[in-house]
Amino acid sequence: MTAALHAKTPAPGGALAVETVGMTMRFGGFTALDDVSIRIAPGTLHALLGENGAGKSTLVKCMMGFYHASSGQLMVAGREAPVADPRQAHALGLGMVYQHFTLVPSLTAAENLVISREDAPRVIDWRRETAALEEFMARMPFRVPLGQPVSALAAGEKQKLEILKQLYLGRRFLILDEPTSVLTPDEADEVLGHVKALCSAGEITVLMITHKFREVTAFADDVSVLRRGRLVGQGRVADLSHARMAAMMMGEATLPAPAARHGTPGEVVLAVEGAVAPDRSGLKEISVDDLKVRAGEIVGIAGISGNGQMEFMEMLTGQRALISGGMQVNGTPYHATRGEQRRLAIRTLPEEPLRNACAPRMSVAENIAFRSFDAKGAGGKGAPSSFWLNRRQMRKRGEALVAGFKVRTTSVDAPIAALSGGNVQRAVLARELSGDVDLLIISNPCFGLDFAAVSEIRTRIMAARNAGTAVLLMSEDLDEILELSDRVLVMSEGRIVYEVPAAEADIPTLGSHMGGHHMGGHA
Amino acid sequence: MAEQSVTMAPGTGGRRTEWLAPLARRAEGVVLPVAALIAGFALFALFLLMLGKSPVDFYELVYKAGFGTAFSWQNTLSRAAPLLFAALCVALPARLGLVVIGGEGAIVLGGTATGALGVCLAGTPGVVGLPLMALGGALTGALWIGAVGALRHYRGVNETIASLLMAYIGIALMNFLVEGPLRDPASLNKPSTAPLPRSLQVGDIPGMDVHWGLIVALVCCVLTWVLIERTSWGFAARIAGGNVRAAQVQGLPVGRLIVGFTALGGAFAGLAGFYEVAAVQGSANASLAAGYGYTGILIAFLARQNPLAIIPVAILLAGFEASSGLVQRRMDLPDATILVLKAVVFVVILVSDTLYGRFRLFSPERWRTR
Ligand SMILES: Nc1ncnc2c1ncn2[C@@H]1O[C@H](COP(=O)(O)OP(=O)(O)OP(=O)(O)O)[C@@H](O)[C@H]1O
Ligand SMILES: [Mg+2]
Repeated sequence: MTAALHAKTPAPGGALAVETVGMTMRFGGFTALDDVSIRIAPGTLHALLGENGAGKSTLVKCMMGFYHASSGQLMVAGREAPVADPRQAHALGLGMVYQHFTLVPSLTAAENLVISREDAPRVIDWRRETAALEEFMARMPFRVPLGQPVSALAAGEKQKLEILKQLYLGRRFLILDEPTSVLTPDEADEVLGHVKALCSAGEITVLMITHKFREVTAFADDVSVLRRGRLVGQGRVADLSHARMAAMMMGEATLPAPAARHGTPGEVVLAVEGAVAPDRSGLKEISVDDLKVRAGEIVGIAGISGNGQMEFMEMLTGQRALISGGMQVNGTPYHATRGEQRRLAIRTLPEEPLRNACAPRMSVAENIAFRSFDAKGAGGKGAPSSFWLNRRQMRKRGEALVAGFKVRTTSVDAPIAALSGGNVQRAVLARELSGDVDLLIISNPCFGLDFAAVSEIRTRIMAARNAGTAVLLMSEDLDEILELSDRVLVMSEGRIVYEVPAAEADIPTLGSHMGGHHMGGHA
Repeated sequence: MAEQSVTMAPGTGGRRTEWLAPLARRAEGVVLPVAALIAGFALFALFLLMLGKSPVDFYELVYKAGFGTAFSWQNTLSRAAPLLFAALCVALPARLGLVVIGGEGAIVLGGTATGALGVCLAGTPGVVGLPLMALGGALTGALWIGAVGALRHYRGVNETIASLLMAYIGIALMNFLVEGPLRDPASLNKPSTAPLPRSLQVGDIPGMDVHWGLIVALVCCVLTWVLIERTSWGFAARIAGGNVRAAQVQGLPVGRLIVGFTALGGAFAGLAGFYEVAAVQGSANASLAAGYGYTGILIAFLARQNPLAIIPVAILLAGFEASSGLVQRRMDLPDATILVLKAVVFVVILVSDTLYGRFRLFSPERWRTR
């Protein structure tokens, strides 16, 4: 088996030229990819752009052998290369880095690298392997600490390790699917800088999916644009402006103008006082002393991921029991029960909706009905509860919201897991943003959305604020925080360490607090 | 977003096969289990051939002894009642994503409670005594399986292992009680509780030799279907089963749903015990541990945890049980032969579970626009 694989492995070293020819992929009657031919020259960094559901992930899954294209071929180094499964793609020198991490957190970096090898020996001679690894690392333009468990590495380090892993495995064509979505802008720049250097050095060829024009301009050589499964534009990055790329992505559509902010904050809606809860590791505590969100106000919480935002969100949604302190809404204690949520018109949207806010195998219509299935009518504020389920109404409402939020799906009966990442986000936003909302607690709402969807969602959040909704917004995207917030807080190591009116906020100061360099520290 | 960003709502297409789309996924849920059942029978036929017996004779005998005559139908149907209840005890927790396989424990304890209550209530008229006994049996089962759900939710104990181990404890407890404190001194060979007086026994459905438990079990299946498919509680349970985190964020009372659904399942299993004692055995004894709880697992999986589908599947399996004695004797097969058949079918069913979504034929998109 392994011998056969090795026989096919091209001679090591050197970036690969990869080309798709007439790649077409149908899911039943739905064409997700339509005759896509892209040539990626060796040693280049090629960006793949496209709105949500355009078919980007589908294209790379076909290239990697996860999907079998309905028609079309893959050419590697000028020769036709059939890929029936990912192992064959690997044998050809093709590798993929995912949006989420695939490393084993409890193992060290070195262990992760060695076990990822397809020919990993049954009995591993660690002394020899470590020596070989160190020798490998010495040749690399960037390194990560080999001896530490992966769980102790920062997100940027982990992503670097993912890329090193691909190089260690001898991959010479890398696909990166939204590789920077989990990184801070600085981390993203560093990682992409290294990737770009490897391309320029002729070590690898890279195809990168991204929604961020800034990264395309800064690092990519060429760009291809997909729209509804078709290749609609291509070119050298040097010749293209952001506006031109945006136009290719969206066709003739125009962006809605950014929403204006009007009205001033009113009464306090959400008050968190002295709330303390254990963090994920159980070793440290998340402690929010005093946080107030007023009606008609957006309070943004900035911070590098992993500083307690996720746990704080769980505290607010009743998933994480408090050790002390409490939360109040409109002056009365709040425990995030369903009754309270409906009576007070509170909506929440945690990050990674498919994992945290959806039942993946239930249909789109059913997922959209999570707020309203047990209420009469549309499940608005204070709606009386209903014992019987109204399936017809559920479906109709699903269809209306799918249309209203432009969720692209073959049908409202499709399982929500079959939607593209951005469309899952839209479906969940449709659920949480429809109807009266007095308090909106939301985390990374624009994660994985294309730029047009981003501006639309931000407009909706701003409109909710203008209509008097109190909004608590947690986001890793500083631009988003600054664009939307009235007040900006910074969360670091489980505490709110800094607060400033958005009008007076400046990025360097926020950045230094996010990095933990705040004056005086915390008790 | 783009103005022309069209949503692919249903009805976009012009194909005439459009109306087939909603049927396709349903068909999958019927065709795959039936195919698995047939594959299981075929594999078992090979096993019989290995033993040098004729599969044709075997299946023919099963048919005759299980479904061939009015008498065999009655025999089959009276075994179907406990199986229906036992399968519900698997299907209800399954809605929450829990695999509970210890219904047997709730059956034997529900039966024991019925026997014990019968002793206390001797002398009361049936209209008073029987409902109290049924309630006692159901409550015992509800506590037993509800505890499994509570352990799962509040303590993180795996419900499959817990329910299985608790089934052994339940059987041991039943043996201890009927051989010790509850034993009727007159029961010599087979330690039992005191026989129930006539007034505290459940009678037969008029015109049939089948007790009322069958009707009650069928009604329970229908009501359970209504509960999980047509009420907001059932929907809430599906959300919790589909993704606990999402259910929590929605503020749903996940703990109460888990304990409630497992307890209801347990109550059904307890009712199976009640009817075994009050309608079949006439007293609680070791015959309660007849394996109905385990066959119920097989039935629920074959029925894809659908309470309505449980009805035909339970009747089919009851036919096997009813015919097993005769078939094994006539064909001179070892006693465990039917067990082997059940095991083969169960393994094939589990394997077939991995095939859902693999066939284009069943994909609704296949029948939509092109
Ligand atoms: N397994 C599948 N079955 C049915 N349809 C699918 C499947 N996978 C993807 N699709 C559909 O194909 C289309 C393209 O999806 P894809 O995931 O490639 O989008 P994308 O360009 O990666 O979008 P995003 O930026 O939101 O991640 C979507 O409309 C999606 O619903
Ligand atoms: Mg994608």
